Amino acid sequence: MVSTLRKLGRWGIGGFERLGRGHIFLFHTLMGVPSVLARFGLLVQQMLSVGVLSLLIIAVSGLFVGMVLGLQGYNTLVDFGAEQSLGVVVALSLVRELGPVVASLLFAGRAGSALTAEIGLMKSTEQLSGMEMMAVDPIKRVIAPRFLAGFISLPILATIFTAVGVIGGYFVGVGLLGVDDGAFWSQMQAKVDFSEDIMNGVIKSIVFGFVVTWIAVFEGYDCVPTSEGVSRATTRTVVHSALAILSLDFVLTALMFGNI
Amino acid sequence: MHNSKTVEIIVGLFVALGLAALFMLAMKVSNLSTFSDEGGYIVTARFENIGGLKVRSPVTVAGVRVGRISNIGFDNITYEAVVSMNISGEYNTLPTDTSASIFTAGLLGEQYVALEPGGSEKHLKQGGELRLTQSAIVLEQVIGQFLYSQAEGGGKGGDAK
Repeated sequence: MVSTLRKLGRWGIGGFERLGRGHIFLFHTLMGVPSVLARFGLLVQQMLSVGVLSLLIIAVSGLFVGMVLGLQGYNTLVDFGAEQSLGVVVALSLVRELGPVVASLLFAGRAGSALTAEIGLMKSTEQLSGMEMMAVDPIKRVIAPRFLAGFISLPILATIFTAVGVIGGYFVGVGLLGVDDGAFWSQMQAKVDFSEDIMNGVIKSIVFGFVVTWIAVFEGYDCVPTSEGVSRATTRTVVHSALAILSLDFVLTALMFGNI
Repeated sequence: MHNSKTVEIIVGLFVALGLAALFMLAMKVSNLSTFSDEGGYIVTARFENIGGLKVRSPVTVAGVRVGRISNIGFDNITYEAVVSMNISGEYNTLPTDTSASIFTAGLLGEQYVALEPGGSEKHLKQGGELRLTQSAIVLEQVIGQFLYSQAEGGGKGGDAK
């Protein structure tokens, strides 16, 4: 009985300790951001591996998500004779929800796990301690550029995802199913508001970019420096990122569109 | 793996692609290109019943969209709805005796305000008010009136026999 209670207590203390470490780590990382801007080459190098190399999976997924939305939306709308509104359905669902959320989930799987594994391996092969020995701050040299690169890349990727998705929906709706070309775009333009819909979607992706990259670099930096520890940290990155994205999405949606 | 110049060019392309996507969303998907609030003027109208009218619903003249609803308020004294419309600056020759009606696009479509220009020589300006208004047609009321008149007509027919 007492030992169970003690286990629970240890678990709780451990959890809060990690949470605290995460925030102190975030603070240090943010303090390191100005020095990254001074060494721009580091950031560009990370933007390539985190952002550009994720572009293919994001663009292809966006295309297929948009095409599926076009097909499903058409099947439902045609029953009401409202297939002209297909553009609105595709654009609003992509801009408000699917663009930021699905792009962030893919980003967590593609780039977040890679960041964790890379930093975790650096830690377990003692490259990070080596840097400290040479009076190089690993947070400024390794963590901050990766954090900033992820934070900048995700909104860009989410925007590309949304744009490609709308084009995918257009291909299926207008090209395949014969929705009127003009009605598709004009109804979309009439119903989608720039500041209310598109900018809110961009804000969502900025928040997700911050959280996902934070989780990814922290899990790598905080991992147990063994091969098992790195593998666990990578798994945790994907799981925690997905949970954070979906729960934050609900909160943000309630704040933006919920009229609360 | 790459030299830094190539990396910079590729990342530059990536950022440019992101901006292009945002530009496409702004211009092609959203209403930014078709209608802007800037340079417009606000006129108000009072309705007894606005039905399902919402903020951002369209305002049309002869079926052409000239503005949108910017605000919907309620007058505590006259118990009427006060609807503010933001009309685009290029349509500045609407006469002061223009009348406003609330119509429905299609049977179940969204509701919008249709303006019917009158014959006055003076033009509407910022803060003007439309005095001639026609409320939204509430389907339940129409059906109710129809059934009532049917029943009345049926009763009279019975009397005549």
